[in-house]
Amino acid sequence: MAGIDVSKIKQDFPILNRVINGKRLVYLDSAATSQKPKQVIEKIKDYYENYNANIHRGIYKISEEATEAYIDSKRAASKFINSSSYNEIIYTKNATDSINLVALSWGEQNIKSGDHIMISEMEHHSNIVPWQMLAKRKGAVLDFVRVNDDLTSLDKDSLAENLDKCPKIVALTQVSNVLGTINDIRGISREAHSRGAMVLVDGAQSTPHMPVDVKDLGADFFVASSHKMLGPAGLGILYASSKVLEEMPPLIGGGDMILTVEKERSTWNTIPWKFEAGTANIEGGIGFGAAIEYLNSVGMSRIREHEKEITRYALEMIEGIKNVRAYGYPANNIKDKAGVISFTIDGVHPHDVATIFDSDGVAIRAGHHCAMPLVKSVLHLPAVSRMSFYIYNDERDVDAAVEAIKKTKTIFKKV
Amino acid sequence: MPLDIYAEEIISNYEHPHNKGKIDSPSVKLHENNPVCGDDITIYCAIKGDRLEDVKFEGDGCAISMGTASMLTDFVKGKSLSEIERMDLNTIKELIGMDPGPARVKCATLALKTLKGSLFLYQHKEPDASTKEL
Ligand SMILES: Cc1ncc(COP(=O)(O)O)c(C=O)c1O
Repeated sequence: MAGIDVSKIKQDFPILNRVINGKRLVYLDSAATSQKPKQVIEKIKDYYENYNANIHRGIYKISEEATEAYIDSKRAASKFINSSSYNEIIYTKNATDSINLVALSWGEQNIKSGDHIMISEMEHHSNIVPWQMLAKRKGAVLDFVRVNDDLTSLDKDSLAENLDKCPKIVALTQVSNVLGTINDIRGISREAHSRGAMVLVDGAQSTPHMPVDVKDLGADFFVASSHKMLGPAGLGILYASSKVLEEMPPLIGGGDMILTVEKERSTWNTIPWKFEAGTANIEGGIGFGAAIEYLNSVGMSRIREHEKEITRYALEMIEGIKNVRAYGYPANNIKDKAGVISFTIDGVHPHDVATIFDSDGVAIRAGHHCAMPLVKSVLHLPAVSRMSFYIYNDERDVDAAVEAIKKTKTIFKKV
Repeated sequence: MPLDIYAEEIISNYEHPHNKGKIDSPSVKLHENNPVCGDDITIYCAIKGDRLEDVKFEGDGCAISMGTASMLTDFVKGKSLSEIERMDLNTIKELIGMDPGPARVKCATLALKTLKGSLFLYQHKEPDASTKEL
């Protein structure tokens, strides 16, 4: 498999021409949000300039075009994660919104007092808080699978122990946005299903970076966000099988989600529209379609290979610097690590690290990364700095980050 | 962001802080944190009449928040309460010799916010608008 041509890809991303503090922008925060290629920007511009119209309703040319483009994007999304039909793809606001939809619709219908809900210590807040709220409403028990002591993966014993509590639903991230760990969702969902659990997979950090197949994963629910996969913000996906979606009650009432409305009652539209009340994020959907097309043209397996290489390169460099620690799998064990590296420099607060990086035009994130249980209670840190990679990053970008680490160490004398 | 935010003085105050520690039986003490960054500070004041006789701090955080706390506690020691109550972001900018910028302003003002809050608490007054804005 030939590698990807990063220098050619960089040219598709206009923002990478920006100069920050006299230096070229080195964007290493794609785990927060990705940059957008001109193919996506132009697709949205084209929609506004040539066929902007509401969908599903207009009996005229441009409305038909807009509706078709919106549904085409769902077809592409369906194929991208290997669901059976675009009817199984619900467009939401973002991954968070998708998880909340499951907790509020499926959860409200299926979770009872005393039931167990299983998540893990490495979840993003968006895969913790909706379950906490559901558990509180229902008197259910929320269980956390522990992270193992070397901070690489979910602890096997804790996993087995919690699965044996026969949870009603297991909700896990496929890739940790802090450790970069790729969890063995396939294996876990097999175990979970054999105990009668439903499985929700948080694909926010996996879908942009590797081939994803909801059937192979055994995902009953799967969520992702367009903005992390080169697409516009304000658009997320929720996948569930038609069977599951048919049984779930709608959450938001209004236009488009109904078939008929009388004074006393209404009947629901077919899936997926039953879950999409009101005017949709049309331009978001259409732009997302272009993002998927772009990702497909590069190839998801190639993207994964590229990110593996750049992550290994970065870890090798970082591991060679004194007083700098990277968390998660090390350079010599990259098989289950995505392109996310959280690190700390002894004696320097992660926010100071990020500010010094910024002075070199290198954008990284510092904080708890919306994973407070992991950062505070497992890593025992107030915050960590994080660099994350995507298709437009190359070894030169890593070199810039390494230079910034060295610069940080010269500014702080004690290090 | 220009790097003068990490002026020599801030870094040396961060790495070798002044006035770090507790005051036994203080006139007033106040704890504050900055939940976004996780910066955390407790300020201890010894007040005599309308003067801040002594001030110390404990805490954890970035170089901007802790370095500024060290410099600010040096600066306010011996000043009158009313003088301290009038201090604002500009006082901090002058003290540290630069503008922390929007990303770090909360770090830079944490110590002043906490100090002013403790003086209001001591006088049983509600914090004024300028303190709440810090
Ligand atoms: C693992 C993980 N899950 C969920 C989310 C939430 O995504 P969004 O904010 O787009 O809803 C994120 C975003 O950072 C994430 O990293």
